[in-house]
Amino acid sequence: MTETAGPDRVRSPEQIGLSAREAAAPPVPEDQKESPRNAASWAKKVERLEVDPRQGVRGTNVAGRRLTGPVQGFGKMWQKSYRMKAPPGTTPEQAIATWKEHFPEFWPKGNRFAGALTGINPGDVALLDLAIGGGVKLSTGVFVLYADAESFTLMTPQGHMFAGWITFSAEREGAQDGAQDGPQDGGETTVQALVLMRANDPLYEIGMMFGGHRKEDKFWAATLTALGRRLGVADPTVETKTTCVDTKRQWRHANNIWHNSAIRSVFQTLGAPLAGLARLFRHENQAT
Amino acid sequence: MSAPAITMDVRRIGDEVAVVDIKGDVTAACEPVLMSAYEAASDGKTTRLVLNFAGLEYMNSGGIGMLVTLLVRANRQRQQLAAFGLTEHYREIFELTRLDEAIAIYDSEEAALDGIGDRR
Repeated sequence: MTETAGPDRVRSPEQIGLSAREAAAPPVPEDQKESPRNAASWAKKVERLEVDPRQGVRGTNVAGRRLTGPVQGFGKMWQKSYRMKAPPGTTPEQAIATWKEHFPEFWPKGNRFAGALTGINPGDVALLDLAIGGGVKLSTGVFVLYADAESFTLMTPQGHMFAGWITFSAEREGAQDGAQDGPQDGGETTVQALVLMRANDPLYEIGMMFGGHRKEDKFWAATLTALGRRLGVADPTVETKTTCVDTKRQWRHANNIWHNSAIRSVFQTLGAPLAGLARLFRHENQAT
Repeated sequence: MSAPAITMDVRRIGDEVAVVDIKGDVTAACEPVLMSAYEAASDGKTTRLVLNFAGLEYMNSGGIGMLVTLLVRANRQRQQLAAFGLTEHYREIFELTRLDEAIAIYDSEEAALDGIGDRR
């Protein structure tokens, strides 16, 4: 027999930051609860990633990999936010539409994002080549976990530098009470990249400690700056905030190193000439 | 004033178990509400925390991130987390994000209370 004490009710004090549109949304009828209103915004469940070849990237270290969240990572857990104000008159929907449409163009030079031709949609897998120095490109990918008109989230596969997700969002702040979201509501739109991550394995954790975090901060600041310029901000200013959510390392996940895409990318780069020769040799053998 | 978008009611089941009844939208914006509920649920000797999602109407990726943060806090206090009342859709989201590997999912409150006790 269990005994149940009376409830301690905890309520949000004031719509806890929801936009006027979200707050005004009608409640979901009981008979529709099985298909939530954002069901189409989430990717369908996948066990392992499947990819098609894409031009301009090597495309290795993604097919057959499982997704990894902060629960599966190794290193300390970090939450990092990179925020920038959009120009007056820009709505969150406009900012996110621009971000989605031109996402690869905002990446710093030397890094490539090869997404699906249809844009950024739930369930898509994008292939990445990231510059890690010494002429080596780290080949990995990301999975589009969630996408709606005001945000989208990318999740990483095994072998990626970090286990976690990045949410790109835009929200209206400071709008007058009762005003509809929009250019005349007296508010302003802020765009944000929010990273929740752990380094995937001990080697990446060492890398993050010795310059990796700084490099990542520069990467996303540069990305937001490029987005700001596209949106029409003359001098984009990116505000960065970093919080260590969990100082503990998850040693039970140290063997994630087996999937390390950086190590594999080095071997793939070194082995590329030999693989090319082998292909040529096979081709000539078939011709004769 | 319009109705709040989320409420979290904390019920104590004996000394060591607390159930949090979540009703409404779970997004990153409701972190203060969830953390207040967690504080209320963690009074005393709570070792097991059960999240009731039967009243969940909407959850986005920010909400999932917030649950990870809650998980870290619970782990720090050596508390176990379990969940029940998830629709098929949100159960799949837990599996997709692999949150189910850290937060055990059950079909009912009874099963959650039995199961989380067995996992000790």
